[in-house]
Amino acid sequence: MAHAYTPGLKVLEKTILTKTRRLPLKGTVKVKKGDMVKAEDIVASTELPGNVYPLNLANFLNVDPSEVVNFLVKKEGDVINKGDVIAETKGLFGLFKRSVMSPRSGTLESVSKITGQAIIREAPIPVNINAYIDGIVDEVIPNEGVIIRTSAAFIQGIFGIGGERRGVLKVMVEKPTDTLTDDLIDDSCKGKVLVGGAFMTLEAFKKAEKTGVEGIIVGGFNYKDIKDIVGYDIGVAITGQEPINTTLIITEGFGEIHMAMQTFNLLKKHEGFVTSVNGATQIRAGVIRPEVIICLAEKAESKIQQAEVKGMDIGTVVRVIRAPYFGVLGEVMELPHGLQKLESGSMARVAKVKLYDLNKEVMLPRANLEIYETN
Amino acid sequence: MEKETIKPENIISILATDCGSTTTKAILIEKQGDEYRLVTRGEAPTTVEAPFEDVTKGVLNAVKEVEELRGRILLDENKIISPQKDNTGVDIYISTSSAGGGLQMLVAGVVKAMSAESAERAALGAGAIVMDVLASNDGRMPHEKIARIRHLRPDMILLSGGVDGGTISHVVEMAELLRAANPKPRLGANYRLPVIYAGNKNVIPEVEKNLKDVTDLFIVSNLRPVLERENLGPARDKIHELFMEHVMAQAPGYKKLMEMTHAPIMPTPGAVGTIIQVIARNENISVVGVDIGGATTDIFSVFKDPYSGEPVFNRTVSANLGMSYSISNVLAEAKLENILRWVPFEIDETDLRNRIGNKMIRPTTIPQSLDELKIEQAIAREALRLSFIQHKSFAVGLKGVQKERTISDTFDQSSTGETLVNMMDLDLLVGSGGVLSHAPRRHQSARMMIDAFLPEGITQLAVDSIFMMPQLGVLSSVHEKAATEVFVKDCLLHLGTCIAPVGTIKPGKEMVTVKLELPEGKTYHETIPFGEMVLIEAPYVPINAEITPVRGIDVGNGPGNALNTTIYGGLVGIIIDTRGRNPFVLPTNHDMRIKKLQAWSQAVKEFEN
Repeated sequence: MAHAYTPGLKVLEKTILTKTRRLPLKGTVKVKKGDMVKAEDIVASTELPGNVYPLNLANFLNVDPSEVVNFLVKKEGDVINKGDVIAETKGLFGLFKRSVMSPRSGTLESVSKITGQAIIREAPIPVNINAYIDGIVDEVIPNEGVIIRTSAAFIQGIFGIGGERRGVLKVMVEKPTDTLTDDLIDDSCKGKVLVGGAFMTLEAFKKAEKTGVEGIIVGGFNYKDIKDIVGYDIGVAITGQEPINTTLIITEGFGEIHMAMQTFNLLKKHEGFVTSVNGATQIRAGVIRPEVIICLAEKAESKIQQAEVKGMDIGTVVRVIRAPYFGVLGEVMELPHGLQKLESGSMARVAKVKLYDLNKEVMLPRANLEIYETN
Repeated sequence: MEKETIKPENIISILATDCGSTTTKAILIEKQGDEYRLVTRGEAPTTVEAPFEDVTKGVLNAVKEVEELRGRILLDENKIISPQKDNTGVDIYISTSSAGGGLQMLVAGVVKAMSAESAERAALGAGAIVMDVLASNDGRMPHEKIARIRHLRPDMILLSGGVDGGTISHVVEMAELLRAANPKPRLGANYRLPVIYAGNKNVIPEVEKNLKDVTDLFIVSNLRPVLERENLGPARDKIHELFMEHVMAQAPGYKKLMEMTHAPIMPTPGAVGTIIQVIARNENISVVGVDIGGATTDIFSVFKDPYSGEPVFNRTVSANLGMSYSISNVLAEAKLENILRWVPFEIDETDLRNRIGNKMIRPTTIPQSLDELKIEQAIAREALRLSFIQHKSFAVGLKGVQKERTISDTFDQSSTGETLVNMMDLDLLVGSGGVLSHAPRRHQSARMMIDAFLPEGITQLAVDSIFMMPQLGVLSSVHEKAATEVFVKDCLLHLGTCIAPVGTIKPGKEMVTVKLELPEGKTYHETIPFGEMVLIEAPYVPINAEITPVRGIDVGNGPGNALNTTIYGGLVGIIIDTRGRNPFVLPTNHDMRIKKLQAWSQAVKEFEN
């Protein structure tokens, strides 16, 4: 594949980062260009249309749908409270009256003469978007949101669960090869974002969540334990909405895999910094990777310089992303033309890679290598 | 790009791409003498997603590879040169696409087993992934339906219901629910969601009143104008048209791609369905085709309707059964023990789960070691098996277009409708998709298909050589001669024939006697006991066969009856599978199962030793 791209995960010591904070529907932007904002500040808000509740009045009143309009007590557009009578038949001499009470509070949106169906719309649902990171308002998207700019250390994980959270960074292990176990977690971890090494046990996650830990960044985690945490199998990697109180970010993959030294060192360097994390992951249709953003105190002077994604070349630093040698970093030594036969019998394009930790050169399929982006 | 119209007979080169969710595949077809042949292929990662977000980058990369391999110029910077002049460029360029999630639809009807099912059939036939089927009688409360519509973000909605002159209120009720939900399209908030109405024509004014101002509403002929007949064509054509105009136009880079192609871009499954129907029609046979991709698995079948004798086409898509993006969902749906039963060695369960999870998050990686390959092929068996179960339960009753039924048939079509898929009648099983087309040995593809589909009696097996059925499908719509010639000569690889006696007896007891007149005057005459797999190597030529099962066992001519027929070998040969059918059971004892799996592998030469 002469022009194959294998974009990798970013581990950037310092970058100018922008984050778009956009409302799901049009609304009001609360800040203006150039404003300095803190992560917790509300930058835009709107109201989602309320939930809708249909109610077949014709069935309840036992009348033809076309006649329902004659029995309405409330009219379209009226505000109604739960229990209010919406429609009522007169009955016979005041007896055998049938009435329909609203099961919800809201507005009577419409009544159909064809189906006899009334639509009750509940009160709008307010939505507020915060800045998520400390920074400056770089751009206002009228009625929709803002773009925040900041100077930050930035790390992408490979998989995460849980949404946006924030806390002070606390490194829990000595080395990137260590395991984060439950006995290391105590009350001092409350409100923090913890950093583990190669692996974290399920017990450790559970204790962290109970203790009130905001987020955990770790090299590896067992896939089967994810089900234990969220209560269901994650069949397709679209995450971020899980009902959990501690966001989990895995930097390398499932199983016990050493956290890349560069990632670990970067996190260690910023211990004590306030850190924003988001576990949202989506492998398909617009890749989203979980992220760790450590805002730096300095002013973000310029816009992000989008690094050009380059192809794999001699000298490119790569990470092996499949067994054997999963997680090992190395350097591309050769990119032979033509296909070569793998142990599996498949023919594939390969690269000769010098594996740093193991100090040996091996032929690996290019598809199993990821470019390791650092600065 | 300026597109010149060239007469089909003057076309000497065709470039076709298929933009899959993981890989973009390009093939180059050239006229050699009087016939069209595949000359080379290339591939590159699909670039519909970040950081590239432009599908044409992957297309150009794949074409660049074709250019290098063929040694002639096809590109002028970022343009495909057309028409061909001297040795430069190609006469036509066409493409299919399933990238970015393909075409995702919500369908709605009145009666779940009637108009809603017909609407689902129309959407599936057009190549869509059906996210949900709403119906007045689907058991959900109206507010639950609204919540569901609001939650899903489909690419388009197909609304049907009521025969012409039939129910009005139920159809209007569905339209009212849609209006109240005010659904939003999946890609971008800058356009209104396309809704196709294909129901009772008398309800059109009411549907317009409810939906015209909140959606992009299109009206086509009723897809179920009378109870006894489906009319899926107009709805399906409109889906294709809207797929191009609305969905594709929103996906990153597709506007550019649409300008490059000489024919409308087809959803990949729609194109594969087209070519499967061409095979069934030309050979007058029953066919099951499967395309197992990274995200989804599609199954196509053409079987004769037992009542009318007419061939009936059906397609299903298992949206979350695939080998990369959806691989963890195969684990979730099949359960670990069902995957483990195909793994011919000891493996720790946690380790297996982690490997599957890692493939999900790094979907473009490939198995490097033999054990990793065996694990992926074990998962593929289960993905195929589950997809086929779904297909069998859907391929019932009505056919794709213009099926006449009696009223009594109509009422029992789905609830009691038997599947049209009759494995004993199946003539040809065709496999396509990465794990089947690119298996290191064709024997592995044959084994995966046999284990997953459990063919009965006599069944020919084939694979799509390099996974080009999608491109040939779209080509058949613009140049059927070229599509058919390449399909027969370069695409379809005949693996051989599977002889699978149906029934079960005690292990070790004699099950079937097979007598074959092989080429070069050779013969094969053996009696095979129950529980074995046997491979007889033979080329793709007609071979006279006399197959005699023991009492109670059926090979296609009734229990205990001998069958004299002509069968074909192929790249693998003739596989006799006496492991039993109905039921097919693997040993439950762990050690015995591994021993048996290894023995069968060795018998059919699945792996190089």
